[in-house]
Amino acid sequence: MSFPYKKIDNTDIEYIKSCLNDGKCFVGDEIPNEYYHDEMPEYGVFKPDIYVEPLNATEVSKIMKYANEKNIPLTARGAGTGLAGGATCKYGGIMLSLMRMNKIIEVDEENLSMTVEPGALLLDVAKEAMEHGLFYPPDPGEKTASIGGTVITNAGGMRAVRYGLTRDYVRAIEAVLPNGNIVNFSSNVVKNTTGLDVKDLIIGSEGILCIVTKLVLKLIPKPNVSHSLLVPFDNLEHCIKTVPKILASSVVPTAIEFIEEELLEICERTLGKVFPDRSGSAYLIVMIDGSSKQAVESDCDIVAEICLNAGALDVLVCDTEERIGSVWSVRGAVLEGMKADTTSEEECDVVVPRNKIAEYVLAAKEIAKQHRVRIITVGHAGDGNIHTEILRDDLTDEEWKVTTDAVLKALYAKSKEMGGQLSGEHGVGNGRLKYLKDFVGEEMYDVYKNIKLAFDQNLVLNPGKVIEF
Amino acid sequence: MNIVVCMKQVPASSDVKVDEKYGTLIRDGIDTKTNPYDLHALECALKIKEKLSSSKNQIKVTVLTMGPAKASEMVYDAYAMGADDAVILSDAKFAGSDVLATSYTLSQGIKIIKDYDLIICGKQTTDGDTAQIGPAIAEHLNIPHVAWVNEVVDVDEKSIKVRQDLGSLTQVSAMSYPCLITVDNSLNVPRLPSYKLKRETAGSPIRIVPFDELPDKDLSRFGSIGSPTSVEKMFPPEVKGEKTVLTGSPKEKAESLTAILKDKKIIEV
Repeated sequence: MSFPYKKIDNTDIEYIKSCLNDGKCFVGDEIPNEYYHDEMPEYGVFKPDIYVEPLNATEVSKIMKYANEKNIPLTARGAGTGLAGGATCKYGGIMLSLMRMNKIIEVDEENLSMTVEPGALLLDVAKEAMEHGLFYPPDPGEKTASIGGTVITNAGGMRAVRYGLTRDYVRAIEAVLPNGNIVNFSSNVVKNTTGLDVKDLIIGSEGILCIVTKLVLKLIPKPNVSHSLLVPFDNLEHCIKTVPKILASSVVPTAIEFIEEELLEICERTLGKVFPDRSGSAYLIVMIDGSSKQAVESDCDIVAEICLNAGALDVLVCDTEERIGSVWSVRGAVLEGMKADTTSEEECDVVVPRNKIAEYVLAAKEIAKQHRVRIITVGHAGDGNIHTEILRDDLTDEEWKVTTDAVLKALYAKSKEMGGQLSGEHGVGNGRLKYLKDFVGEEMYDVYKNIKLAFDQNLVLNPGKVIEF
Repeated sequence: MNIVVCMKQVPASSDVKVDEKYGTLIRDGIDTKTNPYDLHALECALKIKEKLSSSKNQIKVTVLTMGPAKASEMVYDAYAMGADDAVILSDAKFAGSDVLATSYTLSQGIKIIKDYDLIICGKQTTDGDTAQIGPAIAEHLNIPHVAWVNEVVDVDEKSIKVRQDLGSLTQVSAMSYPCLITVDNSLNVPRLPSYKLKRETAGSPIRIVPFDELPDKDLSRFGSIGSPTSVEKMFPPEVKGEKTVLTGSPKEKAESLTAILKDKKIIEV
């Protein structure tokens, strides 16, 4: 079975429709263009043959089972906010949206957990937890992502420094396997050594192993107070070299981000977003959470002294909602700002050991110079995940294709040389597919293939993503 | 040149209990912050100082507030932003002041700050919301004033030219000092308090001025006695969590959005 896949015909359409009780279904040209791609159309625009919105796991199971039997490719999709071209129908077939399975089923205050359907939005999950005095820490930039999407891509985000990744907040997963069976990976327990830990393999598998239909998420008590420090430096090297010093202190920051003057200028020019300080050429933004104002202020003082001793020009304190907003609203808008400042862009999402950040950033700038292309680095200084944006500006199609390929290869090589990885939080999807094999090596790639086959012998689930056969 | 910035401490969150009997906020034991609009006023003053400061023209920015001793927290925050001096009008006799008594008390405070040129207030506070204090101070002092300023068009040692947004029109006014402006939050992005300045200014003096030191000793103009306003009822604003989700194709969604905006008279099509 597998490629070439069966082309969907009227019998298939009728059957698939019959699986849906009340769910929406679009066929062919009825399918809106937005479902042809995710947030990065650069990584592929593919038209599904049929688009369905089932309402429960049984409907998902029926459709999946049918697709598997008939050799029709199927791709599950959440809110479509991914940045790797992962949730697209590369070989046509069925796009199965989980967005109408969006119920928040239960908040269990005794077990500190929340049971949700995959289509619930991250922002709604976070809000629901808050309303129960609890906290769901994963914080990827896109708050309108579906919770299922954040789990299946193991989304990171800024708060990873203190709280970890999405992976650290998933207790159990209910999923539909490619053969249509509904299975549970782990349950609402804190530890588990029962058999193989497949749950953690599913998290971050980018929709190539199974379809998530229900999640039990771990919650923690809500931190009461959060302040941020904005720390200007006269150069990037001093700025980044301060990060390990903060991490080695008694304070565990929630987030440490870095941003350069050039990007602030772009955001001001393109979006009219004015940063509250322009004295530095590079900045750290350090977020500190705690249970009381006193504790947070004391932690801020410790970090402020470390920064000043490391050569910071000053340390600026954000201790109110408005002040915190004035800094983070600009940080949150950088991608939008860059998009407005160029014709197209390619994002490299490498992660390097934290003590190599400065070296990587300087190397990236050097690579940009060699290839005569504009590169801007921004990102999570606290965890080594550096978003390296390559801006197209006025390059022709051919120049852009050749340049991005050469620049990405050079950046990945640099990351590998430093002990880093190809993607820190955006995933491989379709966009980084061609670089994965070289990066991880033949042997590891074979392991990936065998895992895929253990779940999906017919290669019908989200084919052509992450790995290729 | 002397610039006076009027500031007030307000509750840090809108989740504040109300004393329904007296129509006041219960401020004891709650976390406070500087009224956000006043930070735009201070930023405006500091920008003018940076622009006009020279060896010939020394510019002093003084923060003026009326409130309890706890207001010193706000003053130290203002020092960490770059304010030079501060006066806190603090006396039990000021308690229960309405807009009239508060603005009169502040105007008295300004009189004891000698040779004031420009007074800058936030357009309103986030707790009282009247937006009347600034203009009322100017009326007590009998000086010109412009409210809701969203742009300083020009400023020098003798005068200031500002733009105000009056809803259906914008007006540009030039005034000689002394004068008063109240500023909108679209005027600027306030700078953040500096940890370095905070260290340097920790323990700096703050002038606390009681009733006895004000020029006017007529008690009937201050506090609850000098306040003709009576509050019938006070309640926290209702939280409206209305959410409308538009569905359909991008074209349908755009059409429904246009219809909603048209219906609410936000756009004309």
